[in-house]
Amino acid sequence: MRYLPNSPRDRAEMLRTLGHRSIEELFSQIPEQIRLQGRLDLPGPLSEQEVLEFFKQAASQSTREYASLLGAGAYSHFRPAAVDALLSRGEFFTAYTPYQAELAQGTLQAMFEFQTLITQLTGMEVSNASLYDGSTATTEAVLMALRLTRRNRVVAARTLHPEHREVVATYLRHLGTEIAEVPYAASGQVDLAALEKALNQQTAAVVIQSPNFLGAIERFSEVAEMVHRSGALLVMAVNEPLSLAIVNPPADADIVCGEAQSFGVPVGFGGPYVGFLATREKFVRQMPGRLVGQTTDSQGRRGFVLTLATREQHIRREKATSNICTNQSLCALAATIYLCLLGKQGLRALAEHNLAKSHYAATQLAKVPGASIPFASPFFNEFVVRAPGNAEALLDDLRREKILGGINLERFYPELENHLLVCVTETVRKAALDRMVRVYQKFSSQKHARAAAPSGVSHPVAQEKA
Amino acid sequence: MYPEEFQYTKDHEWIRVDGDTGTIGITDHAQKELGDIVYVELPKSGDAVTAAETFGTVESVKAVSEIYSPVSGEVTAVNNQLQEHPELLNSDPHAAAWLIRVHLSDPQEVQKLMSSEQYEKYIREGESQ
Amino acid sequence: MKEHPRHARPHITRDENLIFERSSPGKCGVDLPSPEVPAESAADALGGDLFRRDIPGFPEVSELEVIRHFTRLSTWNYGVDTGLYPLGSCTMKYNPRINEVVARLDGLATDHPYAPEELTQGCLKILYDTARCLAEITGMDAVSLQPSAGAQGELAGILMIQACLADRGDPRKYILIPDSAHGTNPASVTTSGYQVKNLKSDAHGCIDLAELDRAMTEEVAGLMLTNPNTLGIFEVSIREICELVHRKGGLVYMDGANMNALVGVARPAEFGVDVMHLNLHKTFTTPHGGGGPGSGPVAVKKVLEPYLPSPTIFQSPDGSYSLDYGHPKSIGRVRAFYGNFGMVVRALAFIAANGAEGLLQSTQDAVLNANYVMRRLQDLFDLPYNEPCMHECVLSDRRQAARGVHTIDIAKRLIDYGFHPYTTAFPLIVPGAMMIEPTESASKQELDEFIEAMRAVAEEVERDPDFVLNAPHSTRVSRLDEAGAARKPVLRWKP
Repeated sequence: MRYLPNSPRDRAEMLRTLGHRSIEELFSQIPEQIRLQGRLDLPGPLSEQEVLEFFKQAASQSTREYASLLGAGAYSHFRPAAVDALLSRGEFFTAYTPYQAELAQGTLQAMFEFQTLITQLTGMEVSNASLYDGSTATTEAVLMALRLTRRNRVVAARTLHPEHREVVATYLRHLGTEIAEVPYAASGQVDLAALEKALNQQTAAVVIQSPNFLGAIERFSEVAEMVHRSGALLVMAVNEPLSLAIVNPPADADIVCGEAQSFGVPVGFGGPYVGFLATREKFVRQMPGRLVGQTTDSQGRRGFVLTLATREQHIRREKATSNICTNQSLCALAATIYLCLLGKQGLRALAEHNLAKSHYAATQLAKVPGASIPFASPFFNEFVVRAPGNAEALLDDLRREKILGGINLERFYPELENHLLVCVTETVRKAALDRMVRVYQKFSSQKHARAAAPSGVSHPVAQEKA
Repeated sequence: MYPEEFQYTKDHEWIRVDGDTGTIGITDHAQKELGDIVYVELPKSGDAVTAAETFGTVESVKAVSEIYSPVSGEVTAVNNQLQEHPELLNSDPHAAAWLIRVHLSDPQEVQKLMSSEQYEKYIREGESQ
Repeated sequence: MKEHPRHARPHITRDENLIFERSSPGKCGVDLPSPEVPAESAADALGGDLFRRDIPGFPEVSELEVIRHFTRLSTWNYGVDTGLYPLGSCTMKYNPRINEVVARLDGLATDHPYAPEELTQGCLKILYDTARCLAEITGMDAVSLQPSAGAQGELAGILMIQACLADRGDPRKYILIPDSAHGTNPASVTTSGYQVKNLKSDAHGCIDLAELDRAMTEEVAGLMLTNPNTLGIFEVSIREICELVHRKGGLVYMDGANMNALVGVARPAEFGVDVMHLNLHKTFTTPHGGGGPGSGPVAVKKVLEPYLPSPTIFQSPDGSYSLDYGHPKSIGRVRAFYGNFGMVVRALAFIAANGAEGLLQSTQDAVLNANYVMRRLQDLFDLPYNEPCMHECVLSDRRQAARGVHTIDIAKRLIDYGFHPYTTAFPLIVPGAMMIEPTESASKQELDEFIEAMRAVAEEVERDPDFVLNAPHSTRVSRLDEAGAARKPVLRWKP
C-alpha cells in the first residue's frame, strides 16, 4: 500500500526486536470473541487513477454547469488562485494545533492576523481564532450571553437563519431556556414594536441577523438601546460578512458572530465552513474557542502563542466555556489570505459589484408582470421576489435554462408561499441575469395566457413595488 | 517559613485572624504548585463566604485552581492590586498578595484549622489522604 | 564540549512582520471583472447611517506580497509532511495528495447545499457511501456525518442517549467518565446538561470493574469511555463493562479517537458500544490544517437511530439519493447543512484507496510502530503501566524529574533533533506523561532516528540538564512567555 513506509523486511525486524513471530500477536490481548472474523465490506483497494475516476464520476452529477443564485448562508464568491496555492503548502495543512509554539509560528501568526481582520470588520475589540461555522458561532454567542448575564431567556429574530435557530434550540433544550421569536415587519426587517414587547428582565440575549435571512439589512441603532435597557446583550449575526465592507457594523453590539465562508472558503455542499465570534474586551474570559496572543520569547523576539487556555476543555474540563476543541484553522487561514488579497479597496469594490448586480436583478424582475419585490428595506446581495405564479414551476423553467433561480421560501416560512430568495454575487454574469428575467417574463405571459387560477394567497406583508 | 500567626487549610489557604476579622490568602506551597499566576477571580465586597466552599479561582497558564474559604462570613475588602498584578501571588503570597478580608460569622471555625507547624508537617508528608 | 544540535528544517531568521505592517495605501491583490450592470451607489442604497466609509487598519497589499508573506510564515511550521509527528491521541498520519485533488473537483467543491437533490446526486452519493463505510468499520447500524468535529460528535451522542432515556420515561442525571479521559468528554457532558461522575482507573490504567459496579446506579445514564484508553491500552474487560452498564439500564458511549488501533481488527458494536464518534481527521487522514477543520461523525446502534441529527441520507430502490428529514425523534441539528462535506470526500478517498486490506495493514503498522518505540525506550524512560500497548504508548518523566527535567523540557529538546514533540502532560493520571503515537506513517528508519534522539536526550539530562532545560536551541523563537501572554492579553494588532 503506497502510503505505508514500512517494507516487509522492516516489519520482520521490528517484530524480532519485540520477540513476536507475527503482527497478530500484538493484538492477542483482544478477546477472541470480539476479534473481527473475515474482511470488512468496503470499496477498494483502488489505484490513484481509480480514485480520481470515482470522484470525477460523482462530480459529473452536480450543478457545475448551472448559474447559481443560491445564498441563504452559503455564498458563491470567486476564490483567487493564491488562496489554494498557499493552503496547499504542507506546512500549513498537515500541521497540528499550535500547542508547541516554536514549531507553529506560521499558523499562530496567521490566526493572529485573522483575529485582527475580524475585529476590524466587525468593529469589536477582540475576536477568537474561529469556530466551526455560523450556526455554532451564533449558538456559542448565545451561551456566552447566558453565562455573562446569568439569565435564562433568549429573544431571536425569526429572520435569523432557520437552521441556525434549530442549532441554538438543540444546544439550549436541556437548559429549559425559552427562545422567543420576534417576527419581521412589512419592511422585511425585525418588527421593533414586537421586539420591545418580547423583552423582559429574564432576557439574556437578543439575536438579530443582518443582512437577515430575507436579505434585509437591519437598523441596529434603534435596537441597541431597547435591548440594553432590559439588561440583555445584543448579538449580531452576520452570515454574509462581505456586506461589512459597505455596511456599518453596530457600535453597540456586545457580540458580533457569524459565518465567514464568503471569504475564500468554497461552498462545498455545506462544509467545512468557518464561524467567527468577536466581542468587547471585558467579555474575553467568557469567550469560547481558541485565542492567539502576542508575546515575546526569552530573547525578546515577538512571537505568538495560544493563550487564555484555561477557558478551554483540555484544562477546565467540565467547567469549560465550551466543549469545542478544534477551531477551523485552515478555513480561517483561507479567509485571512482572501481578505489580505482583496484588502480595503478590493473588498469595497467587490461589495459594490455584488450590490450593483443584485439591485439590477431586482429592478428588472420587479418589472415583470405579476412579480414583485415585497420588502422595502435596504438589501445587499440577497432579496426576496414574489414569483408571478407557482414558484416551483418557475424554478423548473429556470432550471431548463441552466439557472438555479433561488430558494423557495415556503420551505422555511409557510406564509411566504411562491416567494423566492435570490442571491446575486459577482459569479453571476449579466447575461445570465438577463436570461433569468426573460424566463420570468415568458412564465408570466404564459400564465396570463392560460388564465390560470389566482396565484398565491395575499398576505399581510405583500407589497407591489412601483 | 510559614508565619506562626497564620492558620492553614488542607487546600493551602492561610488566614490571619484579628478579633473577628480574617485576612485570607494562598500559601507559598500553592503558588509554587501553580507556577506563573496569570489571573485571579475574586468575590466582591458584601458577598458571603462559607467555610470549605470555593470563593474564587487562581489561574496559571496551564491550570485553574479553586480557592476554598477557611471560614464563613462576609467579604469586607478585596485586594484590587491582583487584577493588574497577579504575579504578586508568586512573589509575596503571604503579605502583599492577600486575597480578601472577611468579617467572621463564627470565630470558632478557626479552631479546626492547622497551625504553621502542623501545615509544614502536612506538606512534608505529601498531602496524602 | 556541547553537542551540536541538528536542525529540523530551514528557518527564516529575520522577523516577519504582520501583514498590516507591510500594508501601504493604494495596493490591492485582486483585479475584479466589470459588473457589466449600472453601478449602484452604496450610500444611496443603504442610507446615511448604514453606509460604511472605511475599514480602519484593513491591509492593502499586492498578490505577490501575500504569497511571500504566507509562504514565509508556512516555513515556520512543522507538519506531517515535514517529518515524524508522534503526538499521542492525535493520529498525525499522512494526508494523501489525491484527497486534496478530489475534494477540489468542480461540482464537489462548488455544489450548494440547497441545490435541488436531483442535481446533486454526486455529493449525496459520497455522503451515503461514507456513512455506509463507517457503519461497516464500526459495526454500527446508522451514521450521521453532521457533527463538525469529535467534540460535537460527543455532544450529539450524549444528547441521543438523553433523548432515548427521556423517551423511556427514565431520564437520569449522570454520565460516568474515567479520570484518564480527554477533556472534551466532561466538557461535552456538561454542555448536554448531565453531570459528570469521575471513575478512578485501576492499577493497570483501565476501568476498575468493582468501581464501575459501585458507581453504576439507576441514576447514571451511561458510561463514556475510550478504547483503547488514553494510555493506549485495550480495555480487555470491555464486554463485561458494557454488560454491567446495560444491566442497570444505561448506555455506553465510546470516544472513537483511538480507532487507529482497531480498524479491521475489532468493531466497537461487537463489544457492546451503543454510540460512538469517529474523528475523520485522526483515523481517516483528513488533514489537521493547523487546528481544523475536523469532522466527527457519530455512529449508533438501532436503539438510538431514531434520535440521530436530521437530515440523514436515504437511498431509494431506484438507486437515487435524497435527504431524509423525516425524523420526528431526532435531537435536532448540531450545525447547519449536512456536515463537513469536504472532509467526508477525503475520508472516502482514503477508505477506497486502501480497501479493507490496506486499512488492516495500516492498523497493524500503527500498533507495531508504537510497540517498537515503547520497547526501545523503556529502559531509559519510566513506563508507568507495563502492559502491551496498541497504537500509542505512554512513558513518564519520573526518572528525569529527579534531575529537575520534565516532560515539556524533553519535548522541547526533541525539537532540536528535528522531531515534533510527543504529547506532554496527558493523560492526567500519569504525572509527567509522554504520550507517543508514531502512527503507521513512520518507517522503521524514522523510528530508529526518533529513538536515537530520545536516547540522546535522556543522556543529556544526566550529563547537562541545563542544556535540556533551555531547549529548543535551533528554532527562531524559543520558550515564549505564556504567562505574560495570559496576564496582559494582546489579541489583535493595533496601528
